[in-house]
Amino acid sequence: MSPRIVLAKPGLDGHDRGIKVIAMALRDAGAEVIYLGLRRTVPEIVAAALEDDADVIGISVLSGAHLALADDLLRALAAEGVDVPVAVGGTIPEADVAVLRRSGVAAVYPVGTGLHEVVNGVLALAARAEVRP
Amino acid sequence: MSEVREPATDAGIPVREVYTEHDLASGLAERLGEPGRPPFTRGPYPTMYRGRMWTMRQFAGFGSPEEANERFHFLLQRGQTALSVAFDLPTQLGYDSDHPAARAEVGRVGVAIDTADDMVDLFDGLPLDQVSVNFTINATAPIILAMYLVAAERQGVAEESLAGTLQNDILKEFLARKTFVFPPEPSMRLSCDVIEFASGRLPRFNPISITGYHAREAGCDAIQELALTLASAIAYSDALVARGLDFDSFAPRLSFHFATTMDLFEEVAKLRAARRMWARIAADRFGAGDVNSGRLRFFSGNSGTTLTAQQPLNNIVRSTIQCLGAVLGGAQSIHVMGYDEAYEIPSEEAVTLSLRTQQIVALESGVPRTVDPLGGSYYVEALTDEIEARAGEVLDEIEALGGAVAALEQGVSQRWVAASAYRIEREIADGTRPRVGVNVHVDPNEDAAAMPELFSLDPSIAERQVARMAERVAARDGSACAAASAAVEAAARGGDNVMPPLIDAVRAGATLGELSDVFRVVFGEFREPHPW
Repeated sequence: MSPRIVLAKPGLDGHDRGIKVIAMALRDAGAEVIYLGLRRTVPEIVAAALEDDADVIGISVLSGAHLALADDLLRALAAEGVDVPVAVGGTIPEADVAVLRRSGVAAVYPVGTGLHEVVNGVLALAARAEVRP
Repeated sequence: MSEVREPATDAGIPVREVYTEHDLASGLAERLGEPGRPPFTRGPYPTMYRGRMWTMRQFAGFGSPEEANERFHFLLQRGQTALSVAFDLPTQLGYDSDHPAARAEVGRVGVAIDTADDMVDLFDGLPLDQVSVNFTINATAPIILAMYLVAAERQGVAEESLAGTLQNDILKEFLARKTFVFPPEPSMRLSCDVIEFASGRLPRFNPISITGYHAREAGCDAIQELALTLASAIAYSDALVARGLDFDSFAPRLSFHFATTMDLFEEVAKLRAARRMWARIAADRFGAGDVNSGRLRFFSGNSGTTLTAQQPLNNIVRSTIQCLGAVLGGAQSIHVMGYDEAYEIPSEEAVTLSLRTQQIVALESGVPRTVDPLGGSYYVEALTDEIEARAGEVLDEIEALGGAVAALEQGVSQRWVAASAYRIEREIADGTRPRVGVNVHVDPNEDAAAMPELFSLDPSIAERQVARMAERVAARDGSACAAASAAVEAAARGGDNVMPPLIDAVRAGATLGELSDVFRVVFGEFREPHPW
């Protein structure tokens, strides 16, 4: 079965060039991509992940609000008992990459990460998610 | 080995080994004209930078009005010649700083503005009759303009002496920048209310900056950028003419905003073609009688998406080339990106370097010494003609779809932009589009820890801004404010221009979020259709 990836822009940031490129590249790599669009709330993202049986959730933030938004999402997933890996992309300073990883984000893709690296990384997360018991 | 690619410009125009007079169609003299005369190919003004240097306008703003005010003073002390205000996302989207959706975003990508008092504080010590101000604001542009007028009033500055630009181009928000709030039709109405109001009362102020920049940054090429911009200009002009306005009453105050990216000659050719195309549209389509109606003036923002996170100092070189392109293309004002833009909003060091880049091009390179120095270059003239022809074809396609608004509603323009962005990313990934430090001349020992010192935002800003707003809301006359807001609602529901009641409402202390809610109730909110 093809991996199912839910992508969304949480918060108020409108920079969607990157996430759309990633969506198209993942689709071309055989994934089923559910792109929720702009200004999605955390409850909307969690609901979509459950409804669409997501293998990975990817969010993109270029406004600098990535720490708060990723934290909100991880808490909401934990509260719902949803065990889906989260990938975060955007303008993320080096110091924040470690913060995000420690808080439970499965993969972080700061600006400058190559297209193949993101696509392969997300697909690898999805493959791991699929073999979960 | 690998296939040999025909050399071509960034937008895919094939490029010959050498250009001669045979590459130019006859009638060049008519296509060029004199500088400052239609069709303005060589520049909007006869003397260009000999008469007046371009305006150096670095986009800035963060935190509360005090922090942003401090950055403005910092830039002016270093020789910047005008201001350009960046607003935070809650302000751009019509939320007060205490709104739950604003929590993580207050003061982050720009300054937080909740009340007219905030606007007064933002320009503290900056005489508004002497410094021109650019506002990057769109969905909430009418409210921000009202607050600015009240700030000028408090300074005792007459409306007629206010100079500057309100971005107020909502169409490109639906297309690329994405800070829309209301649906397209009422959004267009608000933009046009602003233009109509300003055309009568603010003779030195540009009430709109029609923008291709964001579509370009979102991924389209130079030809699409040009066509999409002109399609928007036609859409606004049609809407204003449909209100019964004379084209010449507003067209001289329309201003434009283009990107200037890395392909130097293509960018210069695009900017020259833009002037020629608009001059012809103004004359042929709208029957302009005033020569100023077809005189395209533009601001050039350099491209952030061409800058790389890898080897960030390389970005200084990229920005210098882009600044040069804007100057050779005849820009009226310029912003140069910070070299640390891939990480954060620029540090003081980075923004100073951006300004110094402009100053070095202006004062040391000799480029501004003569008008349109590339005019007559076989290559640049051939490219200018070719871009005009190709952008004309794209413009025809948009017209066939029913114009800029219809193309957006059908999602066609958005798909062009996204498809082009994906093509560019694949070319970077497969190495056919060179990016020094990224896919060629990569430094295997690049040390992330050696990155430049980054800007960091004071985490207490949101709290302080919320407290400041609460104080001001508590101090206002609640019933006067409610009455003034009701007048805004009446104008929004009827057909009257919203600007006069908005000015009264912000003067009475109504907040940006409250007034945006009035519009939300009347107009509804727009939700973007699925991109595929």
